[in-house]
Amino acid sequence: MAKKLGKRMRQKQVRKNKWYEYQDKSYKYIALFATSIGVIILGILLYDVVLDGFGRIDLKFFLDSSSRKAKNAGIYAALGGTLWIMLLTTLIAFPIGIGAGIYLEEYNKKGRLSSILEINISNLAGIPSIIYGLLGLEIFSRTLMMGDTALTGALTLALLILPIIIVSTREALKTVPYNLREASFALGASKWQTIWHQILPASLPGIVTGAILAISRAIGETAPLIVIGAATYITSVPTWPNESFTVLPIQIFYWIGKPQHDFQVNAAAAIIVLLGITFLMNGVAVYLRYRWQKKVKW
Amino acid sequence: MKRSEKIIEAFLLACSLLTVLTTVGIIAVLLFETVRFFEVVPIWNFLTDTEWSPSFSKDQQHFGIMPLLAGTFLTTFIAMAVAVPLGITIAVYLSEYASNRVRNIVKPILEILASIPTIVYGYFALAFVTPYIQQAFPSLELNNFNALAPGIIMGIMILPLVSSLSEDALHAVPRMLREGSYGMGATKFQTAFRVVIPAALSGIAVSIILALSRAVGETMIVAIAAGNKPTLTFNPLNQVQTATTYIVQTVNGDVANDSIEYKTIYAVGMSLFIITLLLNNISFWLKKRYQQVYK
Repeated sequence: MAKKLGKRMRQKQVRKNKWYEYQDKSYKYIALFATSIGVIILGILLYDVVLDGFGRIDLKFFLDSSSRKAKNAGIYAALGGTLWIMLLTTLIAFPIGIGAGIYLEEYNKKGRLSSILEINISNLAGIPSIIYGLLGLEIFSRTLMMGDTALTGALTLALLILPIIIVSTREALKTVPYNLREASFALGASKWQTIWHQILPASLPGIVTGAILAISRAIGETAPLIVIGAATYITSVPTWPNESFTVLPIQIFYWIGKPQHDFQVNAAAAIIVLLGITFLMNGVAVYLRYRWQKKVKW
Repeated sequence: MKRSEKIIEAFLLACSLLTVLTTVGIIAVLLFETVRFFEVVPIWNFLTDTEWSPSFSKDQQHFGIMPLLAGTFLTTFIAMAVAVPLGITIAVYLSEYASNRVRNIVKPILEILASIPTIVYGYFALAFVTPYIQQAFPSLELNNFNALAPGIIMGIMILPLVSSLSEDALHAVPRMLREGSYGMGATKFQTAFRVVIPAALSGIAVSIILALSRAVGETMIVAIAAGNKPTLTFNPLNQVQTATTYIVQTVNGDVANDSIEYKTIYAVGMSLFIITLLLNNISFWLKKRYQQVYK
């Protein structure tokens, strides 16, 4: 009797084990499928945009600006504005972000101040970008009377990407081993000499990688610039930061909002250019990181 | 020599204090305009009125935030319904099942998804996803502007956030735990769902909350594809207006400095700010409180 019962239980266990194996295997395929969904959608997105807009891209598209006729419209002013914003945001955000990162990592690593700053920076990183637009509109545009100029846009975006640059600078500084600092101090170098001549050169690729990624994020931002009042209909590239401007994402937003099909085609074409810039910058950043990881071994 | 060192340190300190100034600036600006808004509209009306129509003539104006929050909630809910199951499945696959080769291919591709500007996703939702759903399921009678398509695409946008943070959390679970489970004869599936995920739960929760906060604050996708009619509805087939959309669409048409409409965008911005601030701090707290340290 007992023997029979044991056999039945064994059979039951074998069946159960089969089911567990089956469960494991089928989950593997389900998970593989889920993972490929992200890849598939990326593929469809790129295919759709290229299909819609690629035929529209020619030299004239780069030389024309906003126009009421879709066929005469181009991205000259928007691309110029984007380059302006890129330049100004870099000039404002890089020194401040890297400086703050150095301060937090090298000067004040474990103070009460730095823990407050750290919490504050994590919070800033989580604030929706549109709120930065509201800040820029009230402070830069209205209170400081800078209006809807390229400078206002760049200042707003610089504040937006500061947390990203600070965090990536700190990560890069963390990878420099402490020996290097001690060796430098032992030779009589001061704190700043150590940072300037030893630590910064050693961590520069990491810092630059993070900063490029931050700028590429700024290039794609639309909402804060709409909020500060960046112009949608503009036909010239600003000659100086105190002039009105438009950027590629805003130009795209303007075209998407138009009912005529030809403007949708323009939007798709401009998206291809925007994606080209974004991917190029990301590619450079990834390449730098890859080369750096290969070369530097502490 | 000593002096220049001091000056440099003071400059670096000033750089980091600028971040505090930014926070103070944001709170001050939002508070200042929101208080001016509540001088005109009682806060009770703002929270309980079920209609939102600031652009109407004076006797028909309503200032109830609920329709905007309903729109935000609806699109966010759809995005989370897409991103959470997919993201966690991807994380489990990459951390427990995938070979190094697959991981090295898939992770950069997911990173590309995260780097695409949101306006591109907006175009995709409006020009591809909505027409596609309309064609495939004509019986749904999907509106040209709706909550469904931007919600799904927003889910794809936050997918890399969920998957990569969750994978980090799963990765931090020590090998010993897995080997213990395998040693008892468990399959990979059983190990993943009964041992590894429970051990990494707080990290996964953090990733979900951060994704939630990102979805609430997302602007361009919904501004392009979700419409601009504030309605208190939970029907994803109709058009909705989210809080972020309202701000963008209001400033896009010129508003006068002192008008009530100008103040409404700050009141709506304040609501957004409070929601995301709460979500972010819950995630920080979770991370600090429940993060298990294995030695």
